[in-house]
Amino acid sequence: MSIRSHMLLAAGAVAGMLALAPAHAQETVKIGLILPMTGGQASTGKQIDNAVKLYMQQNGDTVAGKKIEVILKDDAAVPDNTKRLAQELIVNDKVNFIAGFGVTPAALAAAPLATQAKVPEIVMAAGTSIITERSPYIVRTSFTLAQSSTIIGDWAAKNGIKKVATLTSDYAPGNDALNFFKQNFTAGGGEIVEEVKVPLQNPDFAPFLQRMKDSKPDAVFVFVPAGQGGNFMKQYAERGLDKSGIRVIGPGDVMDDDLLNGMGDAALGTVTAHLYSAAHPSAANKEFVAAYKKAFGSRPGFMAVGGYDGIRLIYEALKKTGGKTDGDALIAAMKGMKWESPRGPISIDPETRDIVQNIYIRKVEKVDGELYNVEFATFEAVKDSGKTKK
Amino acid sequence: MTTLFTILFDGVAYGMLLFVLACGLAVTLGLMNFVNLAHGAFAMTGGYICAVLVNNSGWPFFAALPLAFVSAAAIGVALERTLYRHLYTRSHLDQVLFTIGLTFMSVAAVDYIMGSSRIFIKLPAALEGQFDFFGVGIGRYRLMIIVICGLLTVALQLILAKTRFGSRLRAAVDDPRAASGLGINVPQVFAFTFAFGCGLAGLGGALSAEILGLDPYFPLKFMIYFLIVVTVGGSSSITGPFLASLLLGIGDVAGKYYVPKMGPFVIYTIMIVILIWRPNGLFGRAATR
Repeated sequence: MSIRSHMLLAAGAVAGMLALAPAHAQETVKIGLILPMTGGQASTGKQIDNAVKLYMQQNGDTVAGKKIEVILKDDAAVPDNTKRLAQELIVNDKVNFIAGFGVTPAALAAAPLATQAKVPEIVMAAGTSIITERSPYIVRTSFTLAQSSTIIGDWAAKNGIKKVATLTSDYAPGNDALNFFKQNFTAGGGEIVEEVKVPLQNPDFAPFLQRMKDSKPDAVFVFVPAGQGGNFMKQYAERGLDKSGIRVIGPGDVMDDDLLNGMGDAALGTVTAHLYSAAHPSAANKEFVAAYKKAFGSRPGFMAVGGYDGIRLIYEALKKTGGKTDGDALIAAMKGMKWESPRGPISIDPETRDIVQNIYIRKVEKVDGELYNVEFATFEAVKDSGKTKK
Repeated sequence: MTTLFTILFDGVAYGMLLFVLACGLAVTLGLMNFVNLAHGAFAMTGGYICAVLVNNSGWPFFAALPLAFVSAAAIGVALERTLYRHLYTRSHLDQVLFTIGLTFMSVAAVDYIMGSSRIFIKLPAALEGQFDFFGVGIGRYRLMIIVICGLLTVALQLILAKTRFGSRLRAAVDDPRAASGLGINVPQVFAFTFAFGCGLAGLGGALSAEILGLDPYFPLKFMIYFLIVVTVGGSSSITGPFLASLLLGIGDVAGKYYVPKMGPFVIYTIMIVILIWRPNGLFGRAATR
């Protein structure tokens, strides 16, 4: 039964390819967008999908004489799915780009396929440093955790914060954030007085927060996955840590624009370092935020910006190659590319194919009755410092 | 020393919350001998209803809480009458398959309707923050949980042990045939009990949004906790799950505070030790059925 159905499927797929391939191969550029549209990471997927749609509405779906077609697939952030979907997209649909990737394991799972098929892999979300080292065809438009964590470490050490307790989720990005922060903060003369790693599926922060409170630090460094930040902030305020003068600092993931408003006033005053705030005071950003709000009824977060810049990178690269979809030519075109994103000026590092961007120090404040991350200091053109040394 | 009391207080609040969430499961599993893995789905329903009422319709929190109970119970009755009823006599495997399917459907449905991000219930200002009681930090919200759950526990125990309905229920469970021969409407008693259990779950879901977080994956994430409470407590009474919840709540909070590296394992270690010591749970009857 199963062998026969497999054969039928294969036969069907071949027939489909024969029927479709000649008709479309010349005029269409296909982008396979693999995102978590269901599951715990679904908000990431939705933001990126929205941003890609928005960019295509604004800029049309034709570039250099080619029609752009986006094929959206849901991997639910499960790497096995990602790999299977990437393979199907490359082999059956003959896509010219694979893009998206909500979490690091998903981006890594697709890397060998990108190398083998010479198909550019545009990482629009995942943030671990090693990703771009796994294939010469990977280009990233999101961020790395090292970028924001080293900067907040430097900033804290220079701004009167001497003792810090850390609370990070026990998984790869959490450990990245912790290590980069610790490295720069202690190098700047700071001291880590308490280090707690909380399980990823953590229902209640109460005991950990009590530990933070008892260690009497100047600030708590926090990294928890998007979604748990709200719970953390609420319990932080409930326990009165805000009133005992302990500040919250961290990479900006915790204060994602997507969730910030739901956190309540407890989040006020939190200082984070990050690549994007919906309150970024540039004309490009104001236009982007207004268009996004109009189209989808919510505020764009940094994931949306990663997607928006990712599709823009694809458009620009196609313009540069004159519509040629050869993988090596596209990657060469992307290297060193510079443009003004809603987040500020960004470029693609020609050596690492990773993003170079400004990192902003922001404080949560109330603007027109809503909570926003208001930027007050800028570290310009920050490269990823987390690459394994060569 | 005061820290110890704060930890103890947090642990009790957490345990009480677990109890309200899980005691409905103890009732269906222990008294009605039905494996309802979809229990968490009712809790989630209650939580979301409370959230929508408070956040979108501007209801006061304390008015929305009873409604979370009532609506979860109403949905419970509807499902019991249409679906669950047919499975009472089926094997446990059928019950498990059916209810886990129901759980997945509820997850997908809530994800579709409400979106996948975590939601919060806007609390009245009186419930926010912590106050000092002889140096012990007492969270207002957690105190409220302890009060509500404590009252519920007492009421439940009284209903089961002292009222006519309680004795009917126990009779219906012990020997359904003899009970119906004595004129007890067994299906009705079961339906009512089931609804009550679902209502408690709904209330628990509404209360837990603040502490555990509420998202469409709630029923799957916390299923394991409910099952631990019922297995450790034994499912033949209310006292068993109650003490088990307290033990696990305090154990979990204290474990995470004093040995944060081992934190997540404490609750499971307690469970394993207790089950080796008493395979039927703390207050389990030896298997007579």
